[in-house]
Amino acid sequence: MSTGSAVSAASTLYEQRYKRLIDAIELREPDRLPTIFFSHFWVAHYCGMTCRQAMYDYEALAAAVRKAVIDLEPDAFQPVHPLVALGPTMDILDYKQLEWPGHKGLAEDVGYQYLDAEYMTTQEYEDYLLDPTGFMLHQYMPRVAAALAPLSELPQYPGVLHTRIVQSMEAYARPEVRRALETLIRAGEEMQKMRAVQNRLLQELKDLGFPIAAHGTSHAPFDVAADYLRGSKGAMLDLFRNKDKLLTLMDRLATLIPRAGIATLKAAGGNMMFIPLHWGLDGFMSPKQFITFFWPQFQRVLLRLVDAGIYPHVLWEGDCTSRLDVIKDVPPGKCVYFFERTDMLKAKQALRGTVCIRGNVPASMLITGTPNEVREYCKRLFDTLGDGGGLVLDASVGVPDEAKPENVLAMFESAKDCVY
Amino acid sequence: MDDKGKQLAQHVAEMQEEEAVKLAREMLDSGYDPIKLLGHCREAMEIVGKRYEQGEYFLPELMLAGEMLKAIGEMAKPLIKQGALSEKAAGTVIIGTVQGDLHDIGKNIVTFMLEINGFRVIDLGIDVPSANFVESIREHNPQVVGLSGFLTLAFDAMKKTVEAIKTAGLRDNIKIMIGGGQVDGTVKTYTGADAFGLNAMDAVSLCKQWVPA
Repeated sequence: MSTGSAVSAASTLYEQRYKRLIDAIELREPDRLPTIFFSHFWVAHYCGMTCRQAMYDYEALAAAVRKAVIDLEPDAFQPVHPLVALGPTMDILDYKQLEWPGHKGLAEDVGYQYLDAEYMTTQEYEDYLLDPTGFMLHQYMPRVAAALAPLSELPQYPGVLHTRIVQSMEAYARPEVRRALETLIRAGEEMQKMRAVQNRLLQELKDLGFPIAAHGTSHAPFDVAADYLRGSKGAMLDLFRNKDKLLTLMDRLATLIPRAGIATLKAAGGNMMFIPLHWGLDGFMSPKQFITFFWPQFQRVLLRLVDAGIYPHVLWEGDCTSRLDVIKDVPPGKCVYFFERTDMLKAKQALRGTVCIRGNVPASMLITGTPNEVREYCKRLFDTLGDGGGLVLDASVGVPDEAKPENVLAMFESAKDCVY
Repeated sequence: MDDKGKQLAQHVAEMQEEEAVKLAREMLDSGYDPIKLLGHCREAMEIVGKRYEQGEYFLPELMLAGEMLKAIGEMAKPLIKQGALSEKAAGTVIIGTVQGDLHDIGKNIVTFMLEINGFRVIDLGIDVPSANFVESIREHNPQVVGLSGFLTLAFDAMKKTVEAIKTAGLRDNIKIMIGGGQVDGTVKTYTGADAFGLNAMDAVSLCKQWVPA
């Protein structure tokens, strides 16, 4: 085949795959069941690397992702670098919110983990509500990245104006602030190195005919409050102790989160947003708490993203079966709900004609099962839920780090037999 | 139960934190028996636990109930003579998040629910090597061991821990339950545990079933 026809064959493949995915999302029956490849460290294991290597060696990770995508032939894939290749930059920042392989005693071949803590105190609600950016700059960034501690000395600009702006420049030449600014530049340069490798990889994979399934990541307001600001304990107690402040904070976040997300996707030139949810599941809060503190604010985020032409892929972690009747209230044919343990049949019944379902080959099956079991599961999923489109095959929370390669291959292979 | 005691139990059970703490303070200040007062709190916690099991209360209520109990306990316990608070535990459970995994929300909720159901719980924390479980089993002689893990890497760490317990010759006398994240029946079989649970109620009912009153 000449180079020209190879390019045109790949571009046809790209169009076919993209159409297959969009057909499913927009609730039309595609030619066959589309698949999305989403993994963190599985690609590293698949290519004989440790988690530590994947976090530090951009090129080796790119080679691993390329091999995995080519071998699995998904209809779209989620870029791995933004999730994984963060080690060198986190070292520069002395980053505090994660524990990662080979860092402070965690083994070399274990994925990174988030450290749940109170990153914003009860008293700081006032600071955040008065000036979110000022809070992030002066209090939050120094707390989550030790190398940026001197940012707390930067001028409080809402109250520094006119000739005081000129005078305020003095702060930037202080030795400790200078060091923090230099750290920011070094961190930025490191991130650009990573981006350059990732962008080249994405272009190569595009040229080979593979669309991207996530151009950025976004959040639910309650998750931001609970995970990243107040900590899980703080947020749960705030439902009683600081209810009004929490609601006001989330009201702000419901505007700020989509604004940031839309800017990210605009810069990336894409239309797919990944939104992992952590606190929406059954059992974590009551149905009444869910419709007060979680869903209305998150629904606003979704509607804003959809308005901007974005397809949100919402990962509803855990079992969200009892939430289905509430969360179905979104514009039809725009959202993908990625379910882990939710009853898929009930999900299909509740969301038919509204939302595309993605999922959910269990992690336990991919790690401990056999290719035959995986194939049977995928076929059953398609037979039960496939009619009318609106189904995308994926593992239950993406391909787990420890999945057996033959099981993952079986999952992607089996979709090719699921023909409409 | 006297009126004040009844009122205190009601405040705790109804999630009225300020009222509960204030009333407990008043009761202790006016010479109310601290042991009796903690008894009312325990009765309230039983109601909280039941409401959680029945799907009326959720994690935020358990968290707040725990905070109320802690605050009242800190006021009452200094007033109690040492040794006066001896209670017989329903049984002993050793619990921990397995090696490599740093998550503890699920483990803490299970611990809390087991404690309000009368079990003595030895919490080994997070990222616990299998040797520490073995050592703790030797020391505390529990009826049940609970292995927690949120990440899929925990499947192998759980399996390793069960094997270590077996190699140490301690497996026959204890029951092992696992839970957290993506743990299911397949993982139970894979790790060699006796049972798995999807939530804290499962953990309580397994322990009650294994350690008859």
